[in-house]
This record gives sequence, structure tokens and C-alpha cells, in this order.
Amino acid sequence: MIPELGQLTLTFAFALSLLLGVVPLVGSFTANERALLVAKPLAVGNFVFTLLAFIALCWAFYHDDFTVVNVATNSSSILPWYYKLTATWGSHEGSMLMWVMILAAWTALVAQFSKGLPLLMQGRILGIMGLINVGFIAFSLFMSNPFERSLPFYPVEGNDLNPLLQDFGMIIHPPLLYMGYVGFAVSFAFAIAALIGGKFDSTWARWARPWTLAAWMFLTLGIMLGSWWAYKELGWGGWWFWDPVENASFMPWLVGTALIHSLAVTEKRGTFKSWTVLLALGAFSLSLLGAFLVRSGVLVSVHSFAADPERGVFLLIFLLIVIGGSLLLYASRMHSVRSQARYELFSREVMLWGNNVFLLTATLVVLLGTLFPLVHKELGLGSISIGEPFFNQMFYYLNIPFALLLGLGPWVRWKQQKAAPLLKPLSMVAVFSLILALGTLAATQSVTANLALLGLLLGAWVGLSALLEIYQRLQQFGSLSKGIAKLQASHYGMTLAHIGFAVLVVGVAMTLTYSEERDVRMEIGDRVVLAGYEFELQDVYKLNGPNYGGEAAELDVRTVDGRYVTHLHAEKREYKIQRMVMTEAAVHARLSRDLYVSLGEALPGNAWAIRVYVKPFVRWIWLGGLLMSLGALIALLDKRYRRPTTAVEVRHA
Amino acid sequence: MQSRRQKRLFSILLVIGLIAGAIGAMLFALSQNINLFYTPGQLVQGLGEGKIKPDVGQRLRLGGMVVPGSVKRDATSLKVSFDLTDDSGEIATVEFEGILPDLFREGQGIVAQGSLKSATVLAATEVLAKHDEEYMPPEVAEAMKGIRHVPPSQLKQSERSSANYGG
Repeated sequence: MIPELGQLTLTFAFALSLLLGVVPLVGSFTANERALLVAKPLAVGNFVFTLLAFIALCWAFYHDDFTVVNVATNSSSILPWYYKLTATWGSHEGSMLMWVMILAAWTALVAQFSKGLPLLMQGRILGIMGLINVGFIAFSLFMSNPFERSLPFYPVEGNDLNPLLQDFGMIIHPPLLYMGYVGFAVSFAFAIAALIGGKFDSTWARWARPWTLAAWMFLTLGIMLGSWWAYKELGWGGWWFWDPVENASFMPWLVGTALIHSLAVTEKRGTFKSWTVLLALGAFSLSLLGAFLVRSGVLVSVHSFAADPERGVFLLIFLLIVIGGSLLLYASRMHSVRSQARYELFSREVMLWGNNVFLLTATLVVLLGTLFPLVHKELGLGSISIGEPFFNQMFYYLNIPFALLLGLGPWVRWKQQKAAPLLKPLSMVAVFSLILALGTLAATQSVTANLALLGLLLGAWVGLSALLEIYQRLQQFGSLSKGIAKLQASHYGMTLAHIGFAVLVVGVAMTLTYSEERDVRMEIGDRVVLAGYEFELQDVYKLNGPNYGGEAAELDVRTVDGRYVTHLHAEKREYKIQRMVMTEAAVHARLSRDLYVSLGEALPGNAWAIRVYVKPFVRWIWLGGLLMSLGALIALLDKRYRRPTTAVEVRHA
Repeated sequence: MQSRRQKRLFSILLVIGLIAGAIGAMLFALSQNINLFYTPGQLVQGLGEGKIKPDVGQRLRLGGMVVPGSVKRDATSLKVSFDLTDDSGEIATVEFEGILPDLFREGQGIVAQGSLKSATVLAATEVLAKHDEEYMPPEVAEAMKGIRHVPPSQLKQSERSSANYGG
């Protein structure tokens, strides 16, 4: 009964989204105020009904309704209740419904928080959002129905949730990631609405900015959590694999980052207009490309859902309509737009232009590396894979000028900057970066490591420069305390996000340089020494979990001079229903290093294969991501985004 | 105005130069990092119409089914070697030191990455078996059309359909 209700409410939502996609848009051309006013209730209604559908599916999962195919294949009665609920978005169908629900939520949020927008603009934005809703709800209803029943012959027990997904990470990783992906639909809708209207003033950028920041914040958090989850769940201690599906989420992130910066120029200076619009179209198009790559089965990865060519074709057509339609509109409208503002070669505008160039080059690298194997195969040249070294090498070279520029950028004024006033503070930053980097390396007694030195240098350069810049800015208000209260939230946000990037760079460089890994054969009582830590295998015994069995290993860790550090408990679980083996690594985390142990297979002679890692600074990678999203959060709370838009004049900060 | 125009021309040329350089560097890096995929049959008989065989020392990916009974472990270390096969019946050997993936099993399709040690022996740096029993790398599935591979879930499904269906 409940699943049928879910299907029914989803059908209602489909009808409402159709109306939302048609009525206000038509109304915007016929200047029909009533047609425009109806957008908001339609958006809210669409959200309510998709939410009901989602809750209905959660209900089916919670109550083990195995007559629903989706529940039977992705859940089981012995699954703990919280994983039953999260299994709702563990499958292709369920996650698509969640995607739809989140899209509807963004649409309703735009409807709620767009009071400052002119009615015409509101109607157009919501109308575009409505059309995107139509596409995805149609996909969910007709191509991947999550409520499909298998009556009258249904299984008495479900197939269980993929053990890989039975983890805390699964509870929050997909929702956050989808919030980010789908959030770019808002920037997209703003851009399309502006294209239809043909008006690109700085107010447009001011409206779009907080939404873009919000989407970017969620995407950053989502990617970061995914990385952390893979690190502890896949059992080989990696935090980024250049896996095609990771790449699919990384591309919209890169373009989204470029978009945030380009929007700043458009808002403050009224230039880069056509470029900003193109980035807004690109960010969402890449989100869609990601959805297509993951769900069509053209790519193979740990993340991909079961292959289904029909679904792939639907998504491909949708993707082509969105990209083709928006680019056509762009081409027909954008040639008339001229930016008036003038700026010199050394100016904030050019700095941010540089930021965009590097971010887009990075996007191109990822796109090429991800799609090249596909093209290669389709051309009949054989199956290939692109090795990780390709990505690592390219990002290594791209990151150096990017980080140098990033340290410089915030200091440079709009329009024109004389070099002389910057020499003193920046040379100070450079000297202190050098001292800090060399000092850190001296403390770890290894001054020869090039990558670590470079990472520390760049990280310190970016971080110190950001700190000194905000300190000087605060002092310009007269006194420091006055400045702290008066400085715009968006400036704090920027500084924090840049420091986050610095932390990330340091984390990556240090982890790559100093990580030590050993796969060893250990019997009980054996010890292994790695990077100044001694691991002793104390015991291995049988496990008995609710839906899994397996083995657990107990290890004690001491420093080489005998001081007790911690106790580690690593598991190797065998899930009963899916008969899958999963490694639950034991991690002892500190800001300066992680100790990481995972239990491998049993070997002849009462021994086990055990993988031991010491990974310095690996936490900094996720800490950096966290700081970046926090920066975005603070920036989007800036008061000026909530000022009524009648005050059109823009302060030149 | 002339200087302004010159400036613009200069910056455009600079940008084009940078882009060309970047793309060139990218493509070069890409060409250095392509790992071709082989099955044991292709390793022995050569790949494609040209029957190209890889050189010893070349980095490549080798995919196939682990021959039951071929897994040999070293008693004191984590060294292991096993044979892979495909529907051609040819056999290639993989040597590896380290922890095999959780789902490594005899009769399972796997992919090993590494460099070629001799004509049919691969020194693997990485062995991949997806975290899913139904998984068979598509390249492997394609190469093994002759060998019947029943995904475990289908097996279970058929058991279940005979015994467990409720009303």
C-alpha cells in the first residue's frame, strides 16, 4: 500500500513539475502576473510530493517490504535499522529518488528565499528548475522506478545491502554530494533566466553567488567525506584514486570553484559576464555528465551502479538537450553583451582570470583522463586505462603556479595595482614561508625531500599570505577590534577557504612524501617496526556480528623506545548474505599522523597477512576540505546577499 | 590606441602559446601513462589485427580468470604467484608480493597491473578484484565468452525460486 502511495505522490510531483516548467515560463513572455505567481506554490508542492515519495520508500525499507524489488535486492531483515534506512539511497533507483527529492528541495528553497528578486526573474528561474525536475522525475518514474513490485512471487529474505555501504560514511556522503551536484542546477537556472532576459548586471551575480557558494560547500564536503570513507573502508589506505567516478565529482567542483571566483568579478566589477554565464552552464553540465557516467555503466569503478544501457541513453539525451539547448541560447544572446570596465594587466581581474585558467586546465586534464579510455575503446583501438601518474604529474605542475598566484591574488586591487606597495609584505611572507618550511623539515630530520619541501613552501606561502592580508585589511578600519566587527563576512570566508587550501596542499605533499607502508606476514606475537612505531600482533579471533562473521586482529603499538601508544583493532568481515569480504581498517588518528592497520588473508602456518601504514599529515587533507567548506558557509552568510535588490549600487570593496 | 592593440595582440598570443604548450604537455604525459589491456590469449597471440605483442618490460594490464589450483604462496613472505586464463586456453602467470584483494579467489576474474617480466609472466604491482562478487571486469567478461560464469546472486536466485518463495 505505502509503496503505491509513494508512486502516486511521485506521479503528482511529476505533474506539478510539468506545470512549474511550463506555466511561469509562458507567463514570463506574455507578462501574465498570475502565471508567474503560481511558480512558488508549485515549487513547494513539487517538493512536498517528492518528499512524501521518498519517505514512502524509506518506510518500505524500514519495514522490510520485500515485495518491492528495490528493497529485496538492497536490504535484508537482519540489517541494523539505521542501515535499512540508508539502504534507501544505496541502490541506483533509491539514490535517483533521493536526487529528485534534493532537486525539489533546492527548487522550493529558491522559491522561499527569492523574495528580493523581481517577479519575472523568479518565475523564469523556477520555471527552468521545474524543467530540470521534469527530466529527473521522468527518469525516476519511467526508467528506474524504485517502487516496482515483484508480486505475487516475492522473496522472503532480501539480498542485503552491499557491505561496502554499511558504514557511517554512507549515511551522509551521498546526500551531501547530491546537494552539491544538484545545487549547481540553481546557478544554471539563474544563468539561463538571465540569458532569456538578456540582462546581465551585477545584481544578477549577487543573486547567484550565495546559491553557488552553498552548492560548492556541499560538494566540497561530499567529496571530502567520500575520500575519508574510501580511506578507512577500502583497506588500502588511499584517499584519492583518480577513479572515474571520483573524477566525475571533481570536474564540477573545479568548474564550480572557477565559477565562484568569476562571479566575484562579475558582481564587483560588472565584467567577465559572458564567461561567468558559461561557467554556470558548465558546472551543471558536468554534474549531469557525472550522473551519466555513474549510472549508464559506460565506466567501470567501485562506485558505478549496475550497467543499464537504456538508462544511459535516457541520461545521454537529457544531457545533450541541456548542454545543447543552453549553449544555443548562449550563442544567440551573448554576442550582444559587452563588458565596459577597463583594467590593467596587474589587477585583481587578471589574477582571477588566471585562477580560472588554471582551474579549467585542471578540469580539462581530468576530463581527458576520464574520457580518453572510453574514446579509445569505441574507436576499436583496444581497452586501455590511464595511470594515476598522469593525473598526479599534471596536478603537480598545475598546482605550483596556481598556489603562487593564490598567495598573491587577494593582495591585488581591482582595476590596477602598483607593484611597489606589495613588495614588502609579500617578501616578508616569502621569507617566513621558507623559514617555516625548512624548519618543519628540519624537525622531521629530512631536508632532502623535494615534494614535501615544495608542498610546505606553497602551503605556507598561501596560508601566511592570507593571514597577513586579512590582518592588514582589518587594520585599515582604524583599529583591529573595529576591523574585526566591520570586515565583510565574505572576506573572512575567502581567507578561511584559502587557508583550507594551504592546509590541503601541505597534507597532500607530506602524506605523499613520508607515508610508509608495509605488507607483512605475521604470526601471533610477531612485531614489526615502521617509522618509529612498533606494532605487535597480540591476537586474532573469530568475529560474530549481526549480519557478518569473520576475523579480528588485536595489535598493540609502542614507540621504538618502548612507550605505549595505542591499541588497534582491525577486522575482516564476511557478510553472510552477499558473501562478501570487507576490510575494516584500524586507524589511530592524530593531527600529525595516522597509524593504519588492515588485516589481510590468513596464510598457511597460523599466520596472517597484515598491512601496516604510518601516514603523516593525512588528516590535513580532510581538514583542508573542511576549512574550505566552512569558508564558503561564512561567505554565504554575508549580509549583503540578504539586502533587498532595490539597492542596486555596488560597493567597490 | 596602437599600444593598446599591441598589448591585446601580445596577450592573445601569450594565451594561445600557453594553451598549446599545456595541451602538448598533457598529451605527452597521457601517452606515457596509457596501460593497454591484454588477456592471456592476446599476450600469447598478439593484440588486434597487427598481432602486436608487448615487449618485455612494458607496463600493461592483464585480465583473466584465476586458474583453480594455480595459486602458490611463499611460506615465509607475502610472495604469491598464480595463473590466469581466458577462452583461448592460453595461460599467463602473475607474480605479486603483497596482500591480495578481499575478493581474490580461484575461478574469479581479476585484473593485474604491472610490467612484463618475460613473454607470459607479469610482475604485478597491483591486483584488482572488485568489491562485489558479481563483478567481472568487462574486458575479462568479453574475453571469456566461452567460459560460463554464473554470478552468485543468480545462483542464489535460482536456489531461492525453487525453495524459498512465500505466498
